[in-house]
Amino acid sequence: MDLSPFQQSDMSIGQRLWQINWSFVLLLGVTASVGFGMLYSAANGSFDPWASRQMIRFSAGVLLMLVVAVIDIHVWLRYAYAFYVVSLALLVVVEFSGSIGMGAQRWIDLGVFTIQPSELMKISIILLLARYFYASRLEDVGRISHVFLPVVLLAIPAVLVLRQPDLGTTILLVATGMVMLFLAGVRIWVFVVGAVATIGAVIPLWKFVLLDYQKQRLLTFIDPEKDPLGAGYHILQSKIALGSGGLFGKGFLEGSQSHLSFLPEKQTDFIFTMLAEEFGLVGGMALIGLYLLLFIYAFAISLRCRSQFGRLMGMGVSTSFFLNVFVNIAMVMGVVPVVGMPLPLISYGGTAMLSLMFSFGLLLCVYVHRDVQIGPGAADGN
Amino acid sequence: MHRDGDRYKTFSRRSIILFGGKIFLLSGLAGRMYYLQVVEAEKYKTLADENRISLKLLAPKRGRILDRFGRPMAVNQQNYRVLLIPENTKNIEFSLAQLGKIIPVSEHDVQRAKREIKRRRRFLPIILRENMAWNDVARIEVNAAEMPGITIDVGESRFYPNGSEAASVLGYVSGVSEKDLTGDPLLELPGFRIGKAGMEKVHDLALRGKSGTSQVEVNAFGRVIRELERREGLPGAEAWLAIDMELQKFVTKRLGGEAAAAVVMDVHTGEVLTLASTPTFDPNAFNRGLSQSEWKALASNPRSPLNNKAIAGQYSPGSTFKMVVALAALEKGIITPKSQFFCTGELELGDSTFHCWKKTGHGTMDLLAAITQSCDVYFYEIAKRTGIDRISAMARRLGMGQILDIELAGEQQGLMPTRAWKKKVKRVSWQQGETLLAGIGQGFILTTPLQLAVMTARLVNGGKAVTPHLTRQVVPFDAADPPPPSIPEFDTIGIHPPHLDLIKKAMAAVSNSPYGTAYRSRIKEPGFQLGGKTGTVQVRRISKAEREAGVKKNKDLEWRERDHALFVGYAPVKSPRYSIAVVVEHGGGGSSTAAPIAKDILLEVQRRDPSRGQANGSAAKRRAAPLTEVVKKG
Repeated sequence: MDLSPFQQSDMSIGQRLWQINWSFVLLLGVTASVGFGMLYSAANGSFDPWASRQMIRFSAGVLLMLVVAVIDIHVWLRYAYAFYVVSLALLVVVEFSGSIGMGAQRWIDLGVFTIQPSELMKISIILLLARYFYASRLEDVGRISHVFLPVVLLAIPAVLVLRQPDLGTTILLVATGMVMLFLAGVRIWVFVVGAVATIGAVIPLWKFVLLDYQKQRLLTFIDPEKDPLGAGYHILQSKIALGSGGLFGKGFLEGSQSHLSFLPEKQTDFIFTMLAEEFGLVGGMALIGLYLLLFIYAFAISLRCRSQFGRLMGMGVSTSFFLNVFVNIAMVMGVVPVVGMPLPLISYGGTAMLSLMFSFGLLLCVYVHRDVQIGPGAADGN
Repeated sequence: MHRDGDRYKTFSRRSIILFGGKIFLLSGLAGRMYYLQVVEAEKYKTLADENRISLKLLAPKRGRILDRFGRPMAVNQQNYRVLLIPENTKNIEFSLAQLGKIIPVSEHDVQRAKREIKRRRRFLPIILRENMAWNDVARIEVNAAEMPGITIDVGESRFYPNGSEAASVLGYVSGVSEKDLTGDPLLELPGFRIGKAGMEKVHDLALRGKSGTSQVEVNAFGRVIRELERREGLPGAEAWLAIDMELQKFVTKRLGGEAAAAVVMDVHTGEVLTLASTPTFDPNAFNRGLSQSEWKALASNPRSPLNNKAIAGQYSPGSTFKMVVALAALEKGIITPKSQFFCTGELELGDSTFHCWKKTGHGTMDLLAAITQSCDVYFYEIAKRTGIDRISAMARRLGMGQILDIELAGEQQGLMPTRAWKKKVKRVSWQQGETLLAGIGQGFILTTPLQLAVMTARLVNGGKAVTPHLTRQVVPFDAADPPPPSIPEFDTIGIHPPHLDLIKKAMAAVSNSPYGTAYRSRIKEPGFQLGGKTGTVQVRRISKAEREAGVKKNKDLEWRERDHALFVGYAPVKSPRYSIAVVVEHGGGGSSTAAPIAKDILLEVQRRDPSRGQANGSAAKRRAAPLTEVVKKG
């Protein structure tokens, strides 16, 4: 079925569902299933308490993703700023009244479930920047004044999240934003100047903003073995688990490091380690391969899209997803500091799963509306 | 569409660069994974195993100590302990209260348990009580359901079935103290015991055995998940002693509550059949752990139970030394067996008067009569003529004034004075009066009961330099039958045999002639007769005034001021086999106190002699090496 661009916007819900890239959804399912298996193992061979709940969350996530995907892309364009404002407001709320979870202030308890505004913000930033640049011409983007506002809009939530304190999400927000600015066509020299300015800003940041535990994490990252019972313990145990897994691993449910609790947080941040311990290099590479396929899909979807809004949004989602995966795996291998970031689709956790599926919903929405042209002024209801 | 062209070009170009960057980063991760999981895999596998595998030492069974007939003297018995495992109960106080209905649980116990719980992980057991009686164990087991977290555990602990009777030989085991640590991890096992005294200490290394190991898998909190490999240790070797436990018990009982010591040995082999020192102590108490008051009571007892008097008690030998003086005089030709001296009851030397124990005097005495009746004046006379150095030299040949290496720690060498010794130590010249005192075994001379038994053995075994020993064999725990003990060869001490025969004859007369000082303590059973010599040692100076007023009888004196009672003896008279030395501190007279004890013991040991087929405890004889064999070769 080949629909013309103008017809596509008027598709029925059924038609839109038909347009969804189902092989991508299948790939998500396969990857999430790997996660179920690992959570089953993390509970010493039991679906309870993690694997079963994760399945329910993934199912809910798929549902959410499909809903997001079939909503008209113009709706996302139109409400992008509103979405950003709401997320920012929630972020301010947690700053003052959020409940304390894991020593950091990140959650809003709505009784039935909790929401994590920083997760919402990851999506909002993508929507915001896609919305801001969707109609900008290259000449506009080339002007520094045109770039000033989005940088400020990016910096506000970044500072708020950093204050929570959540270094991982902050880095993710900023990096995703930078990538989108880059793709929107911001001049290279702006980035160079930005980078120099950032290095200049790191020194006061180190001195006044970062908390001791964050500094400690950064420092022990450089030489974890120096403090094997203290702060370096997590990284060291993770490396031992990985390394002892060898080429083919110790076998499903046989990971001694994971099952004897030497590996911390095995169901969340360090789940990749557990996989690599039980299935070895082969298993770890297989999962990375699955992720690579997902990246390729996201890349292709973005490039294939005819609207700049869709392209930017697609690449934003894909970049955020990539950074999440990369930082987590690099972290458990001792390549980057332990910043507390789950592995997308695999780690146990409700909010992260839902927000991730939301963003995949946007990606699929881009795919569904790949041939829709979005002209200037479309955001205003034309 | 065209308007979008430049923008799209930039976007796609930059997207591709970006994608390239992602691929590059992912390759980096893959490389890192390869490095960790392939290149460094071995290192991390070792580290992972070190994490999960914990090596626990298994304490080996301590080897038994057996007497000469294989009767157990030190064994291991099951030690029932009550443990509390905190994680198995929701309410520790409730569980302890329930336990309190069966065994007394004090507030102190509850507090101690709570303190321990705070310090340690909740799955580690806390020892509430050790050495439980079987009754209580059974009642706890029956009621286990009502006391969550309370369990019974069986360990092994040292047990001395004859308690205190052999304490002086066995010694005891006790916990390892800081200074005992040698780096052997076995010593650091909680509850491990090592020999601290006696044979337990002498054979400690052999008795310990080899520790086993248990490889267990533990989790990050130290909880044992499962056992991976178990290598049982090797139980300790068994020590067979020369001691006859039944005789040892008899002797200890016979000495009663006196501060006394007795040594019985085989005159040919040097095997010590009994080494008793009273009062004794209960070695089981040391293993259990002494309370402060128990320790004080032991340490402050004037009869010093912790001192092994048989080897560490040094006494003037008194008249039991007279055989030594006689042999020295005979050897140098100063007297012949026929030489006579006249005893008036005293001997004057310079300004001093030396008294015989018999105020009225013995009249004309030859050597045989002088020993039989223990005439002091006769020995003053021959000692004066022989000289201290010759007497001392003879005493050394007979085993005195030296360490005899009886294995046990704390053995004393006594003292055999010479002129040179006095000059060197006291810085004054030897006085002739001191030689006279030495002639009756008083003055500087000091001997141990063990030395006296050895002296007697050498006198009656044909003049062989027999040395005493307590251990027959130390054999591996699984040895089928202990090999017969080797028979030691002893050199002769070079005394003219007729002289020894004369001494033996005189000693036989002491208890078998109506004139003898130990006639009342003779053995009447034919073939069992004993020979010996009494000794009574003054522990205070008798002043001239007192002597004139009439010397107080021992029973009228304070315990501390009474004479020591000694007896050395052998039996049977016809072919001497056993020698004995008995010392009763402040016991009164040698003939009244020590001789009857020695008689009873010598009678018992001969009755028990398995070569006569009269030993009891037949079940225990299973592995006994026959004594007769030993005798023939010795």
